[in-house]
Amino acid sequence: MQLESMYQEIILDHYRHPHHKGLREPFDTQVHHVNPTCGDEVTLRVTLKDAGGEPAVADISYDALGCSISQASVSVMTDLLIGKQVSEAMDVSAKFLELMRSRDGAEADEDALGDAVVFAGVAKYPARIKCALLGWMAWKDATAQALETSGETSDGSNDDAGT
Amino acid sequence: MNLDVAVIRKDFPILDRTVRGGRPLVYLDSANTSQKPRQVIETVTDFYERHNANIHRANHELGEEATAAYEDGRIKVARFIGSSDETEVVFTKNISEAINLVAYSLGNAAAGRLRIGEGDEVVITEMEHHSNIVPWQLLCQRTGARLRWFGVTPGGRLDMTNVDDLINERTKIVAIAHQSNVLGTINPVTEIAARAHAAGALVLVDAAQSVPHGLMDVGALGADFVGFTGHKMCGPTGIGVLWARRELLEEMPPFLGGGEMIESVWMDRSTYAPPPHKFEAGTMPIAEAVGLGAAVDYLTNLDLATVRAHEQNLVRRALQLLGEIDGLRILGPTELADRGSAVSFTLEGIHPHDVSQVLDDRGVAVRAGHHCAWPLHRAFGVQASTRASFYLYNTADEVEALADGIRMAQKFFRVT
Repeated sequence: MQLESMYQEIILDHYRHPHHKGLREPFDTQVHHVNPTCGDEVTLRVTLKDAGGEPAVADISYDALGCSISQASVSVMTDLLIGKQVSEAMDVSAKFLELMRSRDGAEADEDALGDAVVFAGVAKYPARIKCALLGWMAWKDATAQALETSGETSDGSNDDAGT
Repeated sequence: MNLDVAVIRKDFPILDRTVRGGRPLVYLDSANTSQKPRQVIETVTDFYERHNANIHRANHELGEEATAAYEDGRIKVARFIGSSDETEVVFTKNISEAINLVAYSLGNAAAGRLRIGEGDEVVITEMEHHSNIVPWQLLCQRTGARLRWFGVTPGGRLDMTNVDDLINERTKIVAIAHQSNVLGTINPVTEIAARAHAAGALVLVDAAQSVPHGLMDVGALGADFVGFTGHKMCGPTGIGVLWARRELLEEMPPFLGGGEMIESVWMDRSTYAPPPHKFEAGTMPIAEAVGLGAAVDYLTNLDLATVRAHEQNLVRRALQLLGEIDGLRILGPTELADRGSAVSFTLEGIHPHDVSQVLDDRGVAVRAGHHCAWPLHRAFGVQASTRASFYLYNTADEVEALADGIRMAQKFFRVT
């Protein structure tokens, strides 16, 4: 039976009891992502904060419909990313993407990925990789939009400062 | 008479292989694509090894052989669906292309009295595959025509209550599935075609799920266009069919322009070849058409009534076994009348992806998702479903393996 290699206990726990679920106010940006092959969807909100002059992840809230892998993945992601500086979080996200594309999960960076390394088993099933990535892609998109918005604001204030 | 499934299975080499670490393959995904018998595989190989040439344009012996084999494929397909005129059979790459061909051609100003434009109505149904939805949406967006649709009853039948409103003097075409790829429902196409014709409308039938089971007589059906695809009926991928009444094909403007679809070409204009070649631009999937001919031979050599009875037995058993599973909801008719061999279901507390993963781990191949019928799933209030579909090579043991696998999934995810 190879099932256990994909459905690690941590994944099933997060599926049954998702962390940080529910849409919360206030938020900076909201995105809605869909996996067109199965109809799984996630609505995800990002709130950023200033941490010593660097943007950081204040909150990630979401509402999602989908399989155990997509649900558990977004739940594990919120545990990992909330509180991190955005640059660090982006790094974790890049490492998760790399893990999903590695096929055998051999290069998993446990220090950076924490519980997310349990998704290594998913990487062996190409049809399920999109499930695992759904929430992460939504977070990246929402965060990029939030940075853009705050970038515009700070550019504006710089201009003001210059005059 | 019973179908000797053991003999049939020997014709399908892939059914011998194992998957996921040595488990025998239980292939219950034929509505997605069917497996191919040795006879088809050998015909395609033989074509490439001995007869390969371009068709209708190579003046040598190989060209003659290739052309004859390709056109024989057309004749075989025509006879298989009850047409005595093979020029009514247009080869396409799949049914999506067949439907797009009709939608584009009828949206063209050159379509004359057939033309669909502003003020006209196009009628589809909520149980259509995306292939029979999106081309009509595109047509309506291009032309300003209005898209309307039949709803679906909770039992998975077409809701006919507003048929008189839906099919009216503004209706130009009604496009409808013969058999739903999700629900298995066989629609009352002949009745709808009669109403459409009385209103002066054309009728297109998506027969991708019915032709593979030998359920097609274009004369009796009463449609104007029938589309289907080769790979779901033991044939190769890359070859599909549009059947249409000859006078419509003559009147319709071409869809794709290019080589071999012309009669004469000047720098500023062209005239076109007669149908079906008017609609076959460029080098066609030749070996695939030949392979489809072999698939038709394969099916024709079986007693299709016996095949049908065998498939009905499998569906009866599946409906029975699945109906006994707690938390399992079958989408579509639970009785055999007017029902084909796709059985879709949801399972309380387990997402279809997870169900299919557990089944796959046991060697049982099904499809999970919205099966290219997203609006239908919305109508049923579900995001996705798991679908098992049965074909001539499936066995009662495989239906048991499906039911066992579903119970296993419930155990694994601790639903029961």
